[in-house]
Amino acid sequence: MSGDPLVLPSHLADATGSDSALRRFLHGLPGVDQVGAEARAATLATRSIKTTAKAYALDLAIRMVDLTTLEGQDTPGKVRALSAKAMRPDPADPTCPHVAAVCVYPDMVATAKQTLGDSPVRVASVATAFPSGRAALDVKLADTRDAVEAGADEIDMVIDRGAFLAGRYLAVFEEIVAVREACARLDGTSAHLKVIFETGELQTFDNIRRVSWLAMMAGAHFIKTSTGKVQPAATMPGTLVMLEAVRDYLDAAGRMVGVKPAGGIRSAKEAIKYLVMVNEVTGPDWLDPEWFRFGASTLLNDLLMQRTKMTTGRYSGPDYFTLD
Amino acid sequence: MVSTVSTGSTTGSENRFVYAPALESRSVVDIRSSYGLFIDGAFVDTEGGRSFKTINPATEEVLAEVAEATADDVDRAVRAARRAYTRVWSRMPGRERAKYLFRIARILQERSRELAVLESIDNGKPIREARDVDVPQAAAHFFYYAGWADKLEYAGLSTAEGGPPKPLGVAGQVIPWNFPLLMLSWKIAPALACGNTVVLKPAETTPLTALLFAEICQQADLPAGVVNIVTGAGETGRAVVAHDDVDKVAFTGSTEVGRLIARTVAGTDKKVTLELGGKAANIVFDDAPVDQAIEGIVNGIFFNQGHVCCAGSRLLVQESVAEEVLDRLKRRMSTLRVGDPLDKNTDVGAINSAEQLAKIRELSDIGEQEGAGRWSPACELPAHGYWFPPTVFTGVTQAHRIAREEIFGPVLSVLTFRTPAEAVEKANNSPYGLSAGVWTDKGSRILWMANHLRAGVVWANTFNKFDPASPFGGYKESGYGREGGRHGLKAYLR
Repeated sequence: MSGDPLVLPSHLADATGSDSALRRFLHGLPGVDQVGAEARAATLATRSIKTTAKAYALDLAIRMVDLTTLEGQDTPGKVRALSAKAMRPDPADPTCPHVAAVCVYPDMVATAKQTLGDSPVRVASVATAFPSGRAALDVKLADTRDAVEAGADEIDMVIDRGAFLAGRYLAVFEEIVAVREACARLDGTSAHLKVIFETGELQTFDNIRRVSWLAMMAGAHFIKTSTGKVQPAATMPGTLVMLEAVRDYLDAAGRMVGVKPAGGIRSAKEAIKYLVMVNEVTGPDWLDPEWFRFGASTLLNDLLMQRTKMTTGRYSGPDYFTLD
Repeated sequence: MVSTVSTGSTTGSENRFVYAPALESRSVVDIRSSYGLFIDGAFVDTEGGRSFKTINPATEEVLAEVAEATADDVDRAVRAARRAYTRVWSRMPGRERAKYLFRIARILQERSRELAVLESIDNGKPIREARDVDVPQAAAHFFYYAGWADKLEYAGLSTAEGGPPKPLGVAGQVIPWNFPLLMLSWKIAPALACGNTVVLKPAETTPLTALLFAEICQQADLPAGVVNIVTGAGETGRAVVAHDDVDKVAFTGSTEVGRLIARTVAGTDKKVTLELGGKAANIVFDDAPVDQAIEGIVNGIFFNQGHVCCAGSRLLVQESVAEEVLDRLKRRMSTLRVGDPLDKNTDVGAINSAEQLAKIRELSDIGEQEGAGRWSPACELPAHGYWFPPTVFTGVTQAHRIAREEIFGPVLSVLTFRTPAEAVEKANNSPYGLSAGVWTDKGSRILWMANHLRAGVVWANTFNKFDPASPFGGYKESGYGREGGRHGLKAYLR
């Protein structure tokens, strides 16, 4: 059924055989020293990105944005406006790249898809009883299938944090596997799966490393920090630990997995710090919208303002950038 | 101008993220063409008339001519210090001395950019480190000891007769070139807080921030003669240490010079503290938080080009994880950016002098001849100036010279061990004992290791971490006495 079969090297496949095997494996991963991880992220944040490097980083960051609206008050009009902006973030400048995707609730997928037409901007949909994930598995799977049938290119699922914190790792694993299967389309292809951890609820870096491996072994195409509904959302050190995990997973399993920090990244300056971190931790192979995304809404306008400043030498007022 | 050369993954095709040069401006510093000595609150010419040049080690450009103090100049400085001690400084209430120290600390902060740029130019260290470590730590040291100046009676120290502690008098201080301003503050701040006056000799390759500090003393209206700066080389240092009217000698530098000093002051009633060399073991267990351990190894040996007396120059890694740790270390080393120290993105700057570079080259060649495996990341070094790539030697044993002698450069020797007891045995099997690092997730093992390592500082899951409140100093040939914290007061009181 799945157009993207999950193949694990045997040493990793063995670890997913039982709850106790999975626990042993995850608890056998090297620990993360909090002070050290925070210090590393802080040092990377001191890199000074200027002139050509800044121009490159701004355009790259725009191309990596998952332009997001996830509100109870979302309407078709709002989603159409967001989608239009995703395709042409800066109407005044045709050289400005489009963003990676728009990210909406499942019931808005069709609207987004219709507006985006055959543009390269993808539609990502949250699913699985986002943001809390508190629903029965078949409800979550139905939620997922709904979004995929409506045309979602990417599914952003949430894990069962309660199960993870209670130590029921295999339950979390199997749920991800099931959602991944629900991402399959009739034509044999399947939607890309992003797995949201809600790192603000898991809290420790050891948990973030363990859940990263768990999700990757369960077939996640992307691992994502947060829903944006819980504080803290994305942090530099938390994302650092996830970047180390995808780097190590490529070595261990031969498969590349993407990373998406989401929530709380509002300025171009912060976004550039994340790109520096990607560049120096995973290496430049991840510096591509296929492998790194920003889940954000207000970030885009700051990126655009900085971009305009780079090309004109002047800051424009916020009224020169579209609100949606 | 030096070109910044990034190594490894950041170079390459246009779809790569290439960091454009981000040079810190030199315009903030004003380097004079020549400098005199700072004696009795004023800049004066040397009586011997000789001078020497200080250069930028990243470009070999001459920065300034600096006076070389003769024994007569040193005598003038000591007399000025004695006068200031007797007439002003030792009589001043602690809370008044504190005001001057607080003022100096604040000026160090206000002029931090100037000091950082000047330090980077004269020393070769990356501006990022001068800006984020050297200068803030120097200011922190003055703030810390300023706080002690009026509380010395409560430091748990007393005179032989049981009265409140008293200053020693005139301190003769000789400091090294690796952290010029920071070592100056380690020496001057506690000395002044305790009521002593000082004659300080900065290293001959890095005198400029000490001379700027002299200006800061003027700006702070510090009474004349409390701080005197005499520039020069070994002869000047000898004159400071040997002067009859110096009550206290404080030295940071090589064990070789430390021995000479100990010999010079033997039989006198001078008090001495020596902070000398090291060959620290950085010990990585199989349960270490591996990504942070890699950062700790890199920080331990490549921070400040390895010109650090407490550098983690011997990596002791548990044999069961040695291969993995080495692979990760090499990958991390290939992201180190070696080049122009004034580029804000530079991680590893220039070697401080031609002499030091020759020593690093010599010992590295010996390592190779002795059969150790030598590796450096692909790394294009600038054509001018003194440069040495970050280097790691594998397959090193306790019998190799590179495992025993202090290289004082960006060169790491990797050894393996099997058990905690063997790690302790190898770590302690050194004439030095300044610092050590332990990397493990097991708290009980950290405590056991710390109890058994014969080193003045044991860092757990970190390295090269400093705080003015924490004492620092060595065992064995790494010296004696402690600097920093409450312990550091003892070196300047009787």
